[in-house]
Amino acid sequence: MGRYIINRLLQGIPLLLFISIILFVLMMNMGDPVATMGGRRVTRASDIERLRRQLGLDKPMYVQYIYWLAGNDWTMTDVDGDGIPETQGTRKGVLRGDFGTSLLNRKPVLEVIGERLPNTLILMVASEVIIILGALLVGIYSALKQYSFMDNLITALMFIGYSMPIFFIALISMYVFAVLFKRWGLPYLPTVGMFDPQEGKTTLQVLWHMVLPVLSISLISFASYSRYIRSTMLEVMNQDYIRTARAKGLPKREVVFIHALKNASLPIVTVVGLDLPLLLGGAVVTERIFAWPGMGRLFLDHIDRADLPVIMGILMLIAVAVVVFQLITDIVYAWLDPRIRYEK
Amino acid sequence: MADSSSSPDASAKIAILPADELETPPLSLGQLTWRRFRRHKMAMFGAVTLILLFLYAFGGSLIFTESFANYTDTPLRLNPPSAAHPFGTDTIGRDVLARTIYGGQISLLIGLLAVLIENLIGILIGAVAGYYGGFIDSLLMRITEAMLNIPEIFLLIVMAKFFGGELPNVLFFGREYSGSVVVIVLIIGLTSWMYLARIVRAQFLSLKENDFVMAARATGTSNFEIIFRHILPNSMAPIVVSATLGVANAILAEAYISFLGLGVQPPTATWGNMLDGANNYLESAPWLWFFPGLLIVLTVLSINFLGDGLRDALDPHSRTM
Repeated sequence: MGRYIINRLLQGIPLLLFISIILFVLMMNMGDPVATMGGRRVTRASDIERLRRQLGLDKPMYVQYIYWLAGNDWTMTDVDGDGIPETQGTRKGVLRGDFGTSLLNRKPVLEVIGERLPNTLILMVASEVIIILGALLVGIYSALKQYSFMDNLITALMFIGYSMPIFFIALISMYVFAVLFKRWGLPYLPTVGMFDPQEGKTTLQVLWHMVLPVLSISLISFASYSRYIRSTMLEVMNQDYIRTARAKGLPKREVVFIHALKNASLPIVTVVGLDLPLLLGGAVVTERIFAWPGMGRLFLDHIDRADLPVIMGILMLIAVAVVVFQLITDIVYAWLDPRIRYEK
Repeated sequence: MADSSSSPDASAKIAILPADELETPPLSLGQLTWRRFRRHKMAMFGAVTLILLFLYAFGGSLIFTESFANYTDTPLRLNPPSAAHPFGTDTIGRDVLARTIYGGQISLLIGLLAVLIENLIGILIGAVAGYYGGFIDSLLMRITEAMLNIPEIFLLIVMAKFFGGELPNVLFFGREYSGSVVVIVLIIGLTSWMYLARIVRAQFLSLKENDFVMAARATGTSNFEIIFRHILPNSMAPIVVSATLGVANAILAEAYISFLGLGVQPPTATWGNMLDGANNYLESAPWLWFFPGLLIVLTVLSINFLGDGLRDALDPHSRTM
């Protein structure tokens, strides 16, 4: 097992390098970050030149990539433009944990992301908990009552949920729970932001503002999860050991929740494990609609200004999370199912 | 896939019997498929709705002209639905109904064309990886894996930035489209082929061990012909299913990217870009976002139903969702 984990981690390294190269190439046409620097004041052409050299933007793409990856503190760069490299570089590079500084606000990338990450995480973790619990309930129910009216109704509703773009469900729920409720004089939910600036960032405020985004995210992903749970439960319920458990007179609840669910949970673990890291940034659109200050909004704001270090930082963080969670999923899988052995 | 490879000898056995001695005439593969499909109520619903939606988008242009759809009438801005404008008017006084018709054409076209590109890339990569194996296989699968490791929405945004910028308009079927339509088709195709490539690769891995492939090789058939004439037709079922569902995903992808303002640029309407900025009019003009959103959901829903029915009909063994 230990060897397997190490093996998998070693395989992850070239994969991540490869991803970073693809992304870096794709970033090269994002626009000119220097063009929007300096705000309203017109920046002198010579200053722009100097800025470009300072940021290393005058270098060819592969050099920029090497600086990003391995830093430039081992080399001299030419900042004053006389053709003689004289300034010692200061970047350490991603390999040594330095993701660079944001071109927009000169803050370290990890700090910029770190400010937003918790906001996305609370949204995502809350949604994921609701999704899993709800999908388990609905999925098990419709598996036990296969082809009943309720099962068919649930299946149809799940298809609708699965087919909805998240912004549409968000717009509808905002319209119903904020606009219509307000019009009818009912207590209505807030639609934008994380807290009311007048009230301050209290737990209650954040929870209150979380309701609609969490509802929208849950309704979308809920569909595929419960369909999945339904089909794995159906498969397990037809197994011989379930018939045995029933035949020896075990209470139905015990058969369903202990004998069946335990075995059906294996594939569910896979889906959850593979989905979790995607949630990190999966809420780009949701965060945009609800003006939630998370990573998705950060990504959109910074890609508009061609802030390469931050964009690369976010994407690489997600890629690393995907690799790590895939490994965790495999390990949990082997732990849940003793038949699985990773020998290689 | 099992059906088509075993059907030649199955039909050969049946052919020995005179036709009138059989209780029921043998059904062809197509008839069997159609029979299974017809029984799937939701798939039939999906197929009918989809036909209606196509009629709406393409037949609607007989009633409204494109210049009417793009005609701005600023005094009439943000009018609620009325007899003259059944779906209301948008922020610069254009008729929302006419725009959903022309937007629908673009959205559906983008869906279909993007899937075409997705299939070209996915089938090629999957087939080459599965057929040749070895180094090529592991290289291609690493690329696939790398692409899968980044959530699609991020890839779409990054690629939209990469290929974006000032684009000339293009002429297609005598109409002028914003050049961004081509870009969107391209990037959706480029970001969605990975699952298909994996499916095709798995098909090729198992099919290439079959006797008919060995026979083809023994008679000196070229690799190109074995791949495209012998193995590929046998793996059509999962490809057709995935392509159908792919259209739904492509339409959704277009909606997402256009909703973020990075998709198709106005004045060309799509269901997605009609929703761009709609949340500013959440309260004051719900008709702005309700109708295009509803059409997206209806289209994607019926394609998903259709795809589900096709999977049951073509490929009864591989039920996963």
